[in-house]
Amino acid sequence: MSDVHAQTVAYVAPSQIPPSPPPARERGAVKWLRANLFSSISNGILTVIAILIIAYALPALVQWAFVDAVWSAGSLSECREIAAARGVEGAFACWAVINERFNQFLFGFYPEELYWRPILTFLLMFAAAAPILFNAIPRKALIGSALFPFVAYWLLWGGPAAPVILAIIGPVVGYVAFRFVEKAMHGDAGATGMVVGALAMVLWWSFVPGLVDAGPALEPVESARMGGFMLALIIGITGIAASLPFGILLALGRKSDLIFIKTLSVIFIEFIRGVPLITLLFVASSVLNYFFPPGTALDLILRVVIMATLFASAYMAEVIRGGLAALPSGQYEAADSLGLDYWKSMRLIILPQALKISIPGIVNTFIGLFKDTTLVSVIGLLDPVGIINPIRADSNWNGIVWEFYVFVGLFFWVFCFGMSRYSMYLERKLATDHR
Amino acid sequence: MTETAFSSESAVDPSLMKVSSEVAIQISNMNKWYGEFHVLRNIDLTVHRGERIVICGPSGSGKSTLIRCINRLEEHQQGKIVVDGTELTSDLKNIDTIRKEVGMCFQHFNLFPHLTILENCTLAPIWVRKIPRKEAEETAMHFLAKVKIPDQAHKYPGQLSGGQQQRVAIARSLCMKPRIMLFDEPTSALDPEMIKEVLDTMIELAQEGMTMICVTHEMGFARQVANRVIFMDQGQIVEQNEPEEFFKNPRSDRTKLFLSQILGH
Repeated sequence: MSDVHAQTVAYVAPSQIPPSPPPARERGAVKWLRANLFSSISNGILTVIAILIIAYALPALVQWAFVDAVWSAGSLSECREIAAARGVEGAFACWAVINERFNQFLFGFYPEELYWRPILTFLLMFAAAAPILFNAIPRKALIGSALFPFVAYWLLWGGPAAPVILAIIGPVVGYVAFRFVEKAMHGDAGATGMVVGALAMVLWWSFVPGLVDAGPALEPVESARMGGFMLALIIGITGIAASLPFGILLALGRKSDLIFIKTLSVIFIEFIRGVPLITLLFVASSVLNYFFPPGTALDLILRVVIMATLFASAYMAEVIRGGLAALPSGQYEAADSLGLDYWKSMRLIILPQALKISIPGIVNTFIGLFKDTTLVSVIGLLDPVGIINPIRADSNWNGIVWEFYVFVGLFFWVFCFGMSRYSMYLERKLATDHR
Repeated sequence: MTETAFSSESAVDPSLMKVSSEVAIQISNMNKWYGEFHVLRNIDLTVHRGERIVICGPSGSGKSTLIRCINRLEEHQQGKIVVDGTELTSDLKNIDTIRKEVGMCFQHFNLFPHLTILENCTLAPIWVRKIPRKEAEETAMHFLAKVKIPDQAHKYPGQLSGGQQQRVAIARSLCMKPRIMLFDEPTSALDPEMIKEVLDTMIELAQEGMTMICVTHEMGFARQVANRVIFMDQGQIVEQNEPEEFFKNPRSDRTKLFLSQILGH
C-alpha cells in the first residue's frame, strides 16, 4: 500500500500501524546482560576481570568468616586449639569473643538485671518512629512519638517519674509563651515568638523538673555504665531527630531578611562546620563544665548529644539551603500572591518541596552523624568501638583484632543501609512531579 | 503572538461587562528602580471596578514589573499604590490584606507540584481565609468545573498539559474569591492549541465583571475583551486608548512600530 503513496509527494496514512512487541534481543535477561555487562568490548573485558577478582577473593573470605570460624570458646587460646583440632591452617575468625561479650557490645556495663529497660526502649523506638516514617499509620499515633523521648529517658536512666512528667510539660510551656507573644504582637510574632517559646521551654527544663522527685521510681543507672550499640543509638538517633528541625531553622535563618538572625545563622553554621567534630567532643567532655555553675554539670552523654546535634545541624542547614535554592522563585511568588504569610508558605509550599529535593543530602548527613558517634570512644565513652579496648585488655582475648571491627562495621552497615533504602522509598513515594 | 492564534466563536456582548465608577486600583506617580536601573517611570494609572485592561509592550518595558507591584511581589520606591482602598506600604498586614483580594496568574503557572489539583485550589482558602475544608473543596470543584477540568481534581500538576495547568492556576486564584485578577503573560508559555482554551476561560471571567489587568501579546483578546489597552516602553506608559482606536490609529511612532511588528505577519 505504502509504495503506491511513495510515488507522490502528497501522502495520507492509509491506516493506523498497530503496536508490536520489541525484538527478542531487546527483552529480558539477554537485554540486561547486553546493556549492563557487555555493552562494549572494554566493558566486556572489565566484566571478565571483575568476575575473576571475585572468584579469587570470595572463597578465601567465606573460608575465614564461616568455614574455618570458631563460634564458641572461652578464650583465644581455646579458639586456636579447636581450630587446630579441626586441622585449620592459616587465618580463621574467632567469633567466640563476640558470642561471649555480646551483652557488652549491646549494653556496655548496664546492670544485667535491668537489660529489659533498654530492650523495651529499643522496641518502643520502632513504635514511635513508625508514624513519622510511614503516613499510612493514623496521625494520632504521633502523640506517642512525641512522648517517646521522655519515656525513653526515664527507662534508660531511671529515677523518679515526677521530673519526667514535669519535663513533658516543658513544650506546653514553650507553646503558651509563643502564643502569648503572638497575641501581644497581634499575630505577627514569627521569629520572636519562637525564640521566646524555646527559651521558656529550656528554662522550664533547667529548673522545674529538678524540684520534685516523687512518683514511682526506676532504679537509676549512671551514664558511665552505658555503652555499646545502645550508646551509639542514643547519640545517633537523638542527634538525627534533633538536627533536622535545627537544620531547617538555620537554613531559613540564613536566608532571612532579618540581618540579626541571618548573621547569627551564618556565624553558627560556618563556625561549627569549620571545626572538627572531635574538638567539639573534647569541648563537651572537658571545657563545657567550666561554663556551668559548680554542681550543676550536665551529664556527659547529654553534652555529647548536644554537640553531635549542633554539628549535624550545621551540615543539615547547608543541605536544606541547597534545596531551598533549587526551588524556582515562582513557587515563592505563587505562595505570596495567594496571601500566605511567611511561616505558612514555608510550611505548606516551600519546605515540603525543598526537603524532598534534599532527601539524599539529608540522609547522607544522618548516616554521617550515625557513624561519627564512634568518635565518642576518643573521649572515653564505651560506644561499640570504645568497648573493644576493655575486651581486648582481657588476657583471655588479647590478640583478637579483626573480628571486633568486622562485627561493629556490620552493625553500622545494617543501620545505614536501612536508612539509605528508606530514603529511596521516600523519594519514590514523594515523586509527584512526573518528569 | 499573532492575531490568528486566537479567535473566539462568540463575540463578547459588551453590555455584560459594565464598568463602575468605583476605583479598584489607583497608582499615582509611581517609580521603581532595580539598583541604578529606572525600571518604572512616573506611572499613573486608575483602574475602575469591572475594567479589563491589557498591557502590551516590548520585553523589558516594565509591564510585568508594573503588575507585580500591584500585589507587592515587587516593591516600588516612590509614589503611591492604593488597591481596594488599602495603600501598599511595607506594613505586612496591608500587604496580606491586598494579596487576599488580588489574584494572580503567572506565565509558568506556578502550581504547587507536590499537591493535587484540588489541594492546590483549597490550600489558600483553608489556611488564609480559614474556610472549612469541606466548603473549600466544594468551592474548588465549582471553579474547576468552570475552567472545565473537574475530572482532573485528584491528579498532580505534572500530569496535566500546559493549558490545563494554566486553567487550574486561574481556578486556584478564583477560589480565594478575589476582587481583582492580574495575568502576567498567561499564554506565553503555551502551544497555540492551548492558548485558546486559556483565553476562553479569561473571556468568561471578563464577562462576569471581574476587574482584570492582563499583560499579554494576544491582540485578538485585547481587541475583543479589553476596554483599555496600554502600551508601555522603557518603563513608562507611552499610550493608552480604547482597543478600537489603539489598533486603528496608534498615535505614537513607538506604538506604530510595535504594532507593525507583532501584527505584521
